[in-house]
Amino acid sequence: MARIEFQKLAHSYLERPVQPADFALKEMDFAWEDGGAYALLGPSGCGKTTLLNIISGLLRPSQGRVLYDGRDVTALSPAKRNIAQVFQFPVIYDTMTVAQNLAFPLRNRRVPRAETQRRVTELVDMLELQPVADRRASGLTADQKQKISMGRGLVRDDVAAILFDEPLTVIDPHLKWQLRRKLKEVHERFGHTLVYVTHDQNEALTFADKVVVMYEGEVVQLGTPQELFEAPAHRYVGYFIGSPGMNFMGAHLVSDGIGIDGTEIVLGGHWAAAGRQHARSRLAIGIRPEFMAVSAVPRDDAVPAQLLWVQDLGNFKLVCARLGPHEVMAKLPEGETVPTDGAHLVFRPEWTKLYADDRLVA
Amino acid sequence: MNKTENNKAWFLVLPVVILVAFSAVIPLMTVVNYSVQDIFGPGQRFFVGDEWFRETLRDPRLHEAFVRQLLFTGTILLIQIPLGIAIALTLPTKGWGVSVCLVLLALPLLMPWNVVGTIWLIFARTDIGLGGWSLSQLGIDFNFTGDPLHAWITVVVMDVWHWTPLVVLLCYSGLRAIPNAYYQAAAVDGAGAWAVFRYIQLPKLSGVLTIAVLLRFMDSFMIYTEPFVLTGGGPGNATTFLSQFLATAAVGRFDIGPAAAFSIVYFLFILLFSWMFYTAITRISTGTR
Repeated sequence: MARIEFQKLAHSYLERPVQPADFALKEMDFAWEDGGAYALLGPSGCGKTTLLNIISGLLRPSQGRVLYDGRDVTALSPAKRNIAQVFQFPVIYDTMTVAQNLAFPLRNRRVPRAETQRRVTELVDMLELQPVADRRASGLTADQKQKISMGRGLVRDDVAAILFDEPLTVIDPHLKWQLRRKLKEVHERFGHTLVYVTHDQNEALTFADKVVVMYEGEVVQLGTPQELFEAPAHRYVGYFIGSPGMNFMGAHLVSDGIGIDGTEIVLGGHWAAAGRQHARSRLAIGIRPEFMAVSAVPRDDAVPAQLLWVQDLGNFKLVCARLGPHEVMAKLPEGETVPTDGAHLVFRPEWTKLYADDRLVA
Repeated sequence: MNKTENNKAWFLVLPVVILVAFSAVIPLMTVVNYSVQDIFGPGQRFFVGDEWFRETLRDPRLHEAFVRQLLFTGTILLIQIPLGIAIALTLPTKGWGVSVCLVLLALPLLMPWNVVGTIWLIFARTDIGLGGWSLSQLGIDFNFTGDPLHAWITVVVMDVWHWTPLVVLLCYSGLRAIPNAYYQAAAVDGAGAWAVFRYIQLPKLSGVLTIAVLLRFMDSFMIYTEPFVLTGGGPGNATTFLSQFLATAAVGRFDIGPAAAFSIVYFLFILLFSWMFYTAITRISTGTR
């Protein structure tokens, strides 16, 4: 149970990194609160596992410091940091029984026998491993093995944090949900700091209080699921979170505001002010399909667009329209009528965001 | 559901059957044939039943050779397996050192066996051999042609030099095949070096170790060339192992019948022992008892 803090942390797998691209993790400074459930979300190869291994001490960062509750642990081994980590593929000790596997981290720390016994029994019950507790772990199925791996992560109750590296990859979909709920239960009960790496947005959003989105070695946003949805700080967050992703349209600076490429639309107001500050940057306008409305009649805040297709997906309708060179998606509630021709797209100002060089500016 | 019977497929196995017949079955049957006859010359042969078997099995010289053989095989297994694992654990895992080490280790395995014997024959000499000379300089009266113990030590050291690399290479490949996540998990679980060895490396090596022990058992049980060159089985009979005993009977004295009977016993013993050993090891590693 600890607050985890990074100071000027960066890592490169090369011995002498020179350019930014040499870094698997670019310099970052932030802190994760004690007892929080964090999801680390991002595409494969964005540095999630690297960051996780740095937290646990399996990897020593090329620069910067890792602090647990203000104590510098950068040079300490995982055992000294007293951390638990569960890996993507199950790791079990073949020659031990399931119960011995679960007891292993405690035995290595010379926890008294009775206490070990109590913790193991508790975990066996919680993970529903009773029928196999005294069987050799090597003959079990992949998801049972992964449960054992997770159990070894959960067995110590004094750990600084528990780290999960895509632990549900090998698990069947119906069990995934069950195990995720179990983890949530454990979190509520013991209040460990949990860090959960995943590339599945649903997993991240359902599991975590705070989601950390990583992209190309950088943390591009740290926020609640709602913040990620309503104000994506980076274009990547925009199209990674939400389905379908955020609509983006290239834009440029004109004399009286921000013009959307290939159209007559010009945004003034606070967008124009922000846009002028980033005059040299690549600009784009983003809006979530959920916040887009479609009107059959012309309105002041709407622009005419050509309707391409409509898809009824049961509980909502997906509308695709052409606006100049851009294809724009709108997600409409079930029951809302979609105009057959002459659609007008409504841009609600509070949900229309301006991005400069992929970052949210207004 | 009906299965289609197609016996023509058996013809496809025919080439292998012929090959195995000429390479193994027919020679083996020839030996069986010799083992039940007393042969004086062409056309002069008598059926003797199991007499050669009984005589062979009662021969005290054979018993001695057998005990010697067990002692030798046991000794070299006890040295080579732990030593092989230990060396494999200390080998580098990346960089140019890997290929250098592997090539150096493979050298003894690439040498013809009589050359190995000759190398050690020269090496152990006190007048021109580095090993023998060094020992005598240390004040040890080393004489592997006269002292049975010295002869034994020399043969054992030679075999260790010759064959430990095989165990090392097998173990090294086994160690390299262990996914890194196991070591990471062990580090997180707070396991020490011994626990890592005991609960990760050793269990993961059980497959290659089974192969290593079986190969080393069979090969050492049939060892012939190197002691033949090095000591000729002496001094006295001190290093006369089973193969040497057999060769002396068959080629030296031309006792084809007893030699054939003994060959069969020898063959069956190796087969039996290998089978027992294999069964035991696989049972241990799968956890069934």
